[in-house]
Amino acid sequence: MGRFVARRLLQMIPVFLGTTALIFFMVHVLPGDPVAAMWGDKAADPAQLAAKRHQLGLDQPLLQQYVTYMGHLLTGDFGTTMGQRKVIDVISAAMPVTVRLTLMAFGVEVVFGVLIGLFAGLRRGKAFDKGTLVITLLLISIPVPVLGFLFQTVFADQLKLVTPTVQDSMNFGQLLLPAVVLGSLSLAYVARLTRTSIVENVRADYMRTAVAKGLPRRRVIGTHLLRNSMIPVITFLGTDLGALMGGAIVTESIFNVKGVGNAMYHAINQSDGATVSGFVAVLVLVFLAASLIVDLLYAVLDPRIRYA
Amino acid sequence: MRGASQAKWVVTAVAVALAATACGSSTSASSGSGAIDAKGVYSYQSGEPQNPLQPANANESLGSRVVKNLFRGLVDLDPTTNKPRYQVADKIETTDAKHFAVTLKSGWTFHDGTPVTAHSFVDAWNWSANTKNNQINSNWFSDIAGYDAVHPAKGDPTATTMSGLKVVDDTHFTIDLTGPVSYFQYKLAYIAFSPLPKSFFADPVKAGENPVGDGPYKFVSWEHNKAITLAAYDQYAGVDKAQNGGIVFKNYSAAEAAYKDLTSDNLDVLDQVDPTDLPKYKSDLGDRAVDQPQGGIVSISFAMYQPEWQGVDKAKVRQGLSMAIDRDTITKTVLNGSRLPADSFVAPGTVGYKAGICGEACTFDPAKAKSMIAAGGGVPNNKITITYNADGGHKEWVDAVCNSIRQSTGVECVGDPKPDMKTARKEITAHTVPSMMRTGWAQDYPLNVSFLRDLYQTGADSNDALYSSPEFDKLAKAADAAATVDQTADLYQQAEAQLVKDMPAIPLWYYKTNAGWSNNVTNVKYDTFGDPVFTQVEVKQK
Repeated sequence: MGRFVARRLLQMIPVFLGTTALIFFMVHVLPGDPVAAMWGDKAADPAQLAAKRHQLGLDQPLLQQYVTYMGHLLTGDFGTTMGQRKVIDVISAAMPVTVRLTLMAFGVEVVFGVLIGLFAGLRRGKAFDKGTLVITLLLISIPVPVLGFLFQTVFADQLKLVTPTVQDSMNFGQLLLPAVVLGSLSLAYVARLTRTSIVENVRADYMRTAVAKGLPRRRVIGTHLLRNSMIPVITFLGTDLGALMGGAIVTESIFNVKGVGNAMYHAINQSDGATVSGFVAVLVLVFLAASLIVDLLYAVLDPRIRYA
Repeated sequence: MRGASQAKWVVTAVAVALAATACGSSTSASSGSGAIDAKGVYSYQSGEPQNPLQPANANESLGSRVVKNLFRGLVDLDPTTNKPRYQVADKIETTDAKHFAVTLKSGWTFHDGTPVTAHSFVDAWNWSANTKNNQINSNWFSDIAGYDAVHPAKGDPTATTMSGLKVVDDTHFTIDLTGPVSYFQYKLAYIAFSPLPKSFFADPVKAGENPVGDGPYKFVSWEHNKAITLAAYDQYAGVDKAQNGGIVFKNYSAAEAAYKDLTSDNLDVLDQVDPTDLPKYKSDLGDRAVDQPQGGIVSISFAMYQPEWQGVDKAKVRQGLSMAIDRDTITKTVLNGSRLPADSFVAPGTVGYKAGICGEACTFDPAKAKSMIAAGGGVPNNKITITYNADGGHKEWVDAVCNSIRQSTGVECVGDPKPDMKTARKEITAHTVPSMMRTGWAQDYPLNVSFLRDLYQTGADSNDALYSSPEFDKLAKAADAAATVDQTADLYQQAEAQLVKDMPAIPLWYYKTNAGWSNNVTNVKYDTFGDPVFTQVEVKQK
């Protein structure tokens, strides 16, 4: 196990370097001049434009810019944004918000997704199962913006339970509504994956054995059935965690949540290479960590899987 | 996972959900008795400034609206008359519009308690103009003698001070310009000419994070991407003392979200209604809705450097194309009344605006349009394109304009979208636009000069069309040398008549302020820049 983890951690290094390099160069091939864009519709003063470009280091050859950037990154310096803020400050302001939102969405999707999937799987073909299939299909087919506006109208405008947008991005209570919207699509997937897996495993030999041993039903389902059925679900959840963190742009803008998606959107709009690369570097680490945890969880869930 | 622990999780989740809805429901405020709370704070729809909050670095609206509340210069613009009024300046004297003697009032202090002196201005301007200090608006100081030394066209500055600025004593200094500028006071009203305290120069970046100004509001906090908070400054010496306790500039990434917050009284003053809610905002807000023209214009300019637009006769073709556009219908339908059809190259409300100067060239007349285009020899290949940036919500009206041209004249017209502003600007500044381009312009100061000089004079910075007319240049030159603002405005009006003849750009419509306010505030008025008059907003008692 220890060697496996060590090997995986070492593998992260080339993946990390590769993705950050890719993003860094991709941002720089975006069309247009990000420095001239700081003047908006008005023409930039050429002397000031040149000086500004020099200040941002954009007058250097691209490869040299990358080497400088990586050099700083390795010492923990994420560089500065086009607006002269420290990138690390931008990241550390947005991350806690997104982590909160993601964990809540993730919690919602895990708890409700697995529970719904479990009951639907055990009552295969019954009304609850059929209902689950219809509702999850609906959730998968409704685009997130529609669901967001729908929730906003129902819970804020009609029922007046919450404010239409999030007033304080760090408040767990206010983040609940966007978290439910954000997690709903994945919830549907989790429920469906769990259901299928349960349906498949409920007829497995070990289940018959467990029942024949006279184990209480709670133990049969909780320990034997659920645990063995979780492998596809965990795989999905692992990648979904990263997707939730980086891909909440739409939900964030509907509910005015000031998280990673929002900050990335602005940075990409400005072709702000340092900021985009900084965020991607952090997200890559999250993805890698999540997939490592998933791999380790396989061994916990299924004793047949062993890592040397 | 065992059954028991699962049950625990469910209970926790439900508890969290209940707690959340309970605390969320208590925030809706009622707009009590209607009495005014002089210490009341209100919120305004805004976003994250692009640059640190340094006066000469705030060129975009999100930063400049904060800076203009933190700082006051020698003069500012009176929101009712739209003309400069003295603030820190006691008087600004000149006989030739080239040499100015400035006298300051005493009693003005920065928010850190230090006095505002002649040095505060001269040092600030010298610093801001210097290329090395990377201020976006550094070229605002280009009228001042000695600007070339701190801001050479190429290479490093050779001096740190401009020879045109001389401090006499603490309350007196002189400004020498390279040539007469009769409307220099209008320029002085711009935030780039704000004074800076001594503490600024020690660490300008830090000062941009925690700005210390001399304006009606002092800085409280800047929570990046969330909000900027200002509080009224008790010791403010200007004529426009704040009638409220402070402003919170709330960050919204989507205008729809801001509108939703406004209608539920979670946001107090709106910057601009989003396109989706435009059709219904007046019925939603009633007498809290505002709809008035703004000092900005949208036009489509001809790439005058392309052979197809050269030659004397082509002016007729350009005028014909302008007549082919049904401005009234497009502003009413496609733009939902958010724009006002243009009848000149200058926005209404500005000094020097003459209603209807564009005359029949800006009036929809399909028959005349057709004959004008024919008289001018037609459009080469019978096709025009309009280059624009697709990220600014321009597609709908560009398509409508094209439809209008196509239907009235039979000239094929298509939009030529570029993915974003950066890409479109690159093509425009490289002068490689094939046919026509979208050009938007917001006033720097409410004088017709701002709409004409920088856009149509030969070699002007923002003359994207590369229009060049000896007649226009002659009048503009005479206007710049005129002794009074009125003469200048008058001569520029004559120059504008030349534009109508040459039609290097088609004026389409003026920007409008479509906004409103919540039940929590009153006395909200908007100026021609589209900003509310921040100091006059009154907050109701809760």
